Amino acid sequence: MAAPIVAATGIHKHFGALHVLKNVDLLVAERELVFVIGPSGSGKSTLLRCLNRLEEPSGGSIIVDGIDMLARSTDINKARQRIGMVFQQFNLYPHMTALGNVMLALRKVQGKDKTEAEARARAALARVDLADRAEHFPGQLSGGQQQRVAIARAIALEPRVMLFDEPTSALDPELVGGVLQAMRELRESGMTMVVVSHEMAFARAAADRVVFMADGQVVEQGPPASVFGNPQHERTRAFIGQIERH
Amino acid sequence: MTSWDRFTDSFFNARVAAEYLPKIIDGFWLTIALALCIIATGLTAGLALAVIRSFSIRPLNWLIIFVVDLFRALPPLVIIALLYFGLPSAGLTMDGFTATWLSLSFVLMAFTEEIFWAGITAVPRGQWEAARSTGLGFLPTLGHVVLPQAIRMTIPPLTNRTIAITKGTALGSVVAVSEILGAAQAGVSFSFNPTPLTLGALAYVVLFVPVVIFGRWIETRFAWKR
Ligand SMILES: Nc1ncnc2c1ncn2[C@@H]1O[C@H](COP(=O)(O)OP(=O)(O)OP(=O)(O)O)[C@@H](O)[C@H]1O
Ligand SMILES: [Mg+2]
Repeated sequence: MAAPIVAATGIHKHFGALHVLKNVDLLVAERELVFVIGPSGSGKSTLLRCLNRLEEPSGGSIIVDGIDMLARSTDINKARQRIGMVFQQFNLYPHMTALGNVMLALRKVQGKDKTEAEARARAALARVDLADRAEHFPGQLSGGQQQRVAIARAIALEPRVMLFDEPTSALDPELVGGVLQAMRELRESGMTMVVVSHEMAFARAAADRVVFMADGQVVEQGPPASVFGNPQHERTRAFIGQIERH
Repeated sequence: MTSWDRFTDSFFNARVAAEYLPKIIDGFWLTIALALCIIATGLTAGLALAVIRSFSIRPLNWLIIFVVDLFRALPPLVIIALLYFGLPSAGLTMDGFTATWLSLSFVLMAFTEEIFWAGITAVPRGQWEAARSTGLGFLPTLGHVVLPQAIRMTIPPLTNRTIAITKGTALGSVVAVSEILGAAQAGVSFSFNPTPLTLGALAYVVLFVPVVIFGRWIETRFAWKR
């Protein structure tokens, strides 16, 4: 593997007495799409949130695009611009239009003037096929459209890595396709992606690697064909059997 | 003289009304000036305290909570009396206007802080996280993402509370502020006729009915654009 763009090693996370991540390593190569699966409570979201330090790891090291995310001297707000994040609940700003949502960080973080920020925001919305919804407020958009605006908000900053935490789990089934389509296109453009999701068909078609977590540890990882088709560990087998039955 | 005549002569005496109307009108403007001063300082100080509280600095937050609870617990008239009658013995005198303005500002500040704070904590954590994940700092997130949503939620209770507290300007009459009630009471004692009080009540109606209607309109207006 070439020098990884995300190198999280020896990650521990405690919530009080709860030991949620136990010495987790996650290395992601440039342009790689890594799928993280595992039972509820296994620590997938926590791991993802440690990568951009929304959650403070209790121990370990996280290097993203050459930046030591945990170093005191690191400007975390600068570092976060390289790491886009998409949430299960979209988390769009309800008081701003789609365009406003995408423009905010371009203006206030990257300091772009209004014309340039707007041009970039419109381009990002066009990439998720929402050019015609720029003036809509989140409340006027479907869940799928909201999630695509959230993707546009993240990619407008031109991140090096994108993190997705169950981007389709809050969506009605008929709206999932549009979001997966936007993710597929992002992948084809060469974006490095870490995706927590149970969309197995998407994982089979698009993932380079599947990481299975249980109880705060990485149990097994490999290409989708081998993790799904020929799991080595009993826990992986049980989990995949359970999902495929649904 | 029938009792009805006696009644109208007491409360709707045209001669007394004409004589004291200018005083009541002066009081009307003074009430507005006092209310505007209270609203300006009370809301600003309350918002500032809520913002400071969001930094979660423990000892500072304890202090804020103490001050806020204190001013919510004390009857406003007691605060006015303390400032106006109590402070001079500590060598500090202030006029009735200042005492009333400061007292009601503190009370409005306390309620405003609580309302804003409730609004800030009601904004879902995901809003903070989304904004911070794009590299927005704490204060810009507060300013651009959280406060606009918090303020929208708080406008109806804030409007009602502000109306209630500005009505407290009438308490200024106790410390010689000739706002509406003060002017009316002075009129009553000079004329031996309660008509100035009728005028005063009318002045309050003229002043506050539009404000109450405005508050009602605000409540319906501040729903999200859907
Ligand atoms: N802020 C928190 N405080 C305390 N405990 C937490 C916190 N966040 C997560 N946890 C706990 O950490 C564990 C891992 O949570 P996490 O959300 O990472 O799991 P997950 O794998 O994403 O699960 P799911 O599939 O349900 O989203 C859970 O037991 C959860 O209750
Ligand atoms: Mg999760």
